[in-house]
Amino acid sequence: MSRVELPEDLLLSCMRCGFCLPACPTYREMEVESASPRGRIALLRAVMDGDLDLLDIGSKLDACLGCRACEPACPAGVQYGAILEQGRAALAAVRPNPWPVRFAYRYLLGSPLGIRLAGWGLWLYQRFGLRWLARRLRLVERLGGKGLAAMERAVPEAVSPWRRASWARPLPPTGEPRLKVGFFTGCVAEILFFETNRSAIEVLTHLGCEVALVPGQGCCGAVHGHAGEHDLAVAQAKRNIAAFEQGGYDYIVNTAGGCGAALNEYGRLLAGDPTWADRANRFAAACRDFAELVDALGPIPLGALPGRITYQDSCHLRNVQKVAQPPRNLLKAIPGAEYVELPEADRCCGAAGTYAITQALLSDQILDRKMTHVATSGAATIVVANPPCHLEMIEGIERAGLADRVQVKHIADLLAEAMRNRVC
Amino acid sequence: MIASDVVDQLREIVGADWALTSPADLLSYSYSATPLYQRLPELVLLPRTTAEVAAIMKVAHANRIGVHTRGSGTNLSAGTVPVAGGIVLALHRMSSIKEIDQENLTATVEPGVITARLHQAVEALGLFYPPDPGSMNTSTLGGNMAETSGGLRGLKYGVTKDYVMAVEAVTADGRIFRAGGKNMKDVAGYDLVKLLCGSEGTLAIITEITLKLLPLPEAKRTALAAFPDMESAARTVSRIIREKIIPCTLEFMDNGTIRAVEAFSQIGLPVDAEALLLIQQDGPLMLCERDIERIGAICREEGAFAVRLASDPAEEAALLAARRGAIPALARRKPTTILEDATVPRSQIAPMVAEIQRIAAKYRVDICTFGHAGDGNLHPTCMTDERDKEELHRVEQAFAEIYEAALRLGGTITGEHGVGESKSPYLEWKVGPVGIDLMKAVKQAFDPLGILNPGKIFAKETRKRVVVRT
Repeated sequence: MSRVELPEDLLLSCMRCGFCLPACPTYREMEVESASPRGRIALLRAVMDGDLDLLDIGSKLDACLGCRACEPACPAGVQYGAILEQGRAALAAVRPNPWPVRFAYRYLLGSPLGIRLAGWGLWLYQRFGLRWLARRLRLVERLGGKGLAAMERAVPEAVSPWRRASWARPLPPTGEPRLKVGFFTGCVAEILFFETNRSAIEVLTHLGCEVALVPGQGCCGAVHGHAGEHDLAVAQAKRNIAAFEQGGYDYIVNTAGGCGAALNEYGRLLAGDPTWADRANRFAAACRDFAELVDALGPIPLGALPGRITYQDSCHLRNVQKVAQPPRNLLKAIPGAEYVELPEADRCCGAAGTYAITQALLSDQILDRKMTHVATSGAATIVVANPPCHLEMIEGIERAGLADRVQVKHIADLLAEAMRNRVC
Repeated sequence: MIASDVVDQLREIVGADWALTSPADLLSYSYSATPLYQRLPELVLLPRTTAEVAAIMKVAHANRIGVHTRGSGTNLSAGTVPVAGGIVLALHRMSSIKEIDQENLTATVEPGVITARLHQAVEALGLFYPPDPGSMNTSTLGGNMAETSGGLRGLKYGVTKDYVMAVEAVTADGRIFRAGGKNMKDVAGYDLVKLLCGSEGTLAIITEITLKLLPLPEAKRTALAAFPDMESAARTVSRIIREKIIPCTLEFMDNGTIRAVEAFSQIGLPVDAEALLLIQQDGPLMLCERDIERIGAICREEGAFAVRLASDPAEEAALLAARRGAIPALARRKPTTILEDATVPRSQIAPMVAEIQRIAAKYRVDICTFGHAGDGNLHPTCMTDERDKEELHRVEQAFAEIYEAALRLGGTITGEHGVGESKSPYLEWKVGPVGIDLMKAVKQAFDPLGILNPGKIFAKETRKRVVVRT
């Protein structure tokens, strides 16, 4: 039986009170203890003690969304996210991720050039009949499963390479410069939601920020860490810290709740590394979510945007970055818009990074429950704050037959739109 | 070992998805919220109906297999740890609220309903189910009944058993029976309903419960008072009651707990206070306000150096934060947190706290005490590290002496957590040899083969009682 290095102190800090159970979406769906945070910690501890083999619990770790709703619910302050990542890293050592996944993580999402290539590739794929062909032959479903196929259908139209190329220089702020902002573009956000990042920059410049698109930055490393690719996650962190630390930015801003959480945790990721620990802490301290900073800098001059809107929390924005109120404040301030709270907005939508692809069945179950809440809310727009949630919501309204009356928008796009609607 | 054909029979009853046998699944039903107790079951069954439970018990009885019933596994006396291997029967899927009867003021629920969910359901109708154990967001009502859970409102409203009116249960040999009803008066024979309260899964398997409800109190008022010594806090508790005020909540924290909470959450608690009292009154608005004013005055007269009254929900939340922070603050200090529930008559709180502090010093262990001062139910909580065997031994000795002290002061070894496995060596200290004999005879009548939660309540051997020279 393989003995594995696992974080003993973190595992022992769980006192098994079970307070995390009601907060856990997978426990609610699967109704068994091994699908709960307490259960997973107990399983990892059994592996540490040599009572179970890591391979016995692989599927149980896979089934975790990693939404971290258990952390705010925990009276003992158990660092579940850290435990899960280390557990998955140990698992990846004995049960490696499939090679196409490792290839994509290392060469596409794992390098700035790869991210650019992926953006171009997506545009080519959508433009030159490849998408048409792939859909006809159901290629994506055959190669990557139902979850990937559903996500492929949810992907918005890609922007052209020349539009991408036209954005590289720092942008002058409107009026007196107040702050220097380094903009963290992210990988999925930049590939699939290029315009959302630009909307965010537009809003920030309007608020007096000098926004720089910092060269040399890449993926935040969250996707690597969640999949147990610890070394790749560390490599991303170091690259980003090095890219941003020369700029003297007041804040490092991003539009993806999941990435923001990873950036905020660079200190923890590099804690044991004497040359990087301080630099990582400085970097993390400067990180802000887009909505968090805009709410703090506001108010923005907004035009009317009528209609009923609601907001789905990004789990990592809420549970890790502890940003729940700012996006709501911003949405409530849009003239003409009627904000309604989405029931269970604080619960995961099922996207959970790559979960919707790897655990399609359970993800859909969680998503369908979410859509019943969307339907009862009567909202015409679901506002999101994270790219995976964005795709998942698009998939959700399709599945639920709501696509004709509900749209999905990132908060940055919605605010930019309201800003443009202002009659000057 | 359960024979494989028997496993197949049982799997047939609940369906393949709800009979768990993989090593990982078995491990995840090997523990409860009690530190240091863990044992692997051989099979986990998650039935959905009473009929399934009855069918399971017929098979278990015919094959003499131990059955350990559990809800969400939040108990603190190792009551649901499968000591004998065998079957873990997890009832958390039996979770529908069957009826809320607004004429008779009752709620009928399946045992797997989460306590807080019932609170929400009845409060939406202007009704009230008072028992509120600390784990109420996770715990099940079946578990609450089986352990007779208490909570913060015990002083005024009593505990779970005061609200159970009727029960449907399955016997050890798989027969279904009902006891009690919606009648406020019912003396037809022995009170089997109350007998099953606190029976910890050793007599029968509870499959449906009818609970008494009250009208929801109109208002709530809260006060927090800090005292320079334990005696003045204790005097205050006695005096409030003597003046014929019964607050719904009367919580207490000792200096160690105050310091831990303040260190963890910096909410401005007076760290030099030897005791804090959190007092809450509910009822008609006028009465609440009158009582809380009077309570504030009593606190000051008895020596409190700071008294804060809350009049809006935000302020109230700030005061409650102190008490709510107790477990989180203590739990973060050391890896292992042992939460006990020695209980004494209300008048003996000050001497009991002094005894706990003396005993903690004697055995050089870190024990902080907080709890329900109004009903004498204390939670001496020990922060330790399960890897330190030598310290654990001292912790065990300290707790044995704490139980002894509680009994000497007219108290009990457990107020609301139950006997389970962890308190079983001390039960005879409390109930005596005749008590044990009678309880064993009851157990024999219900479960002659001893297959219901074996190894619980009755210890193989009673711990030798520590004689403390005074």
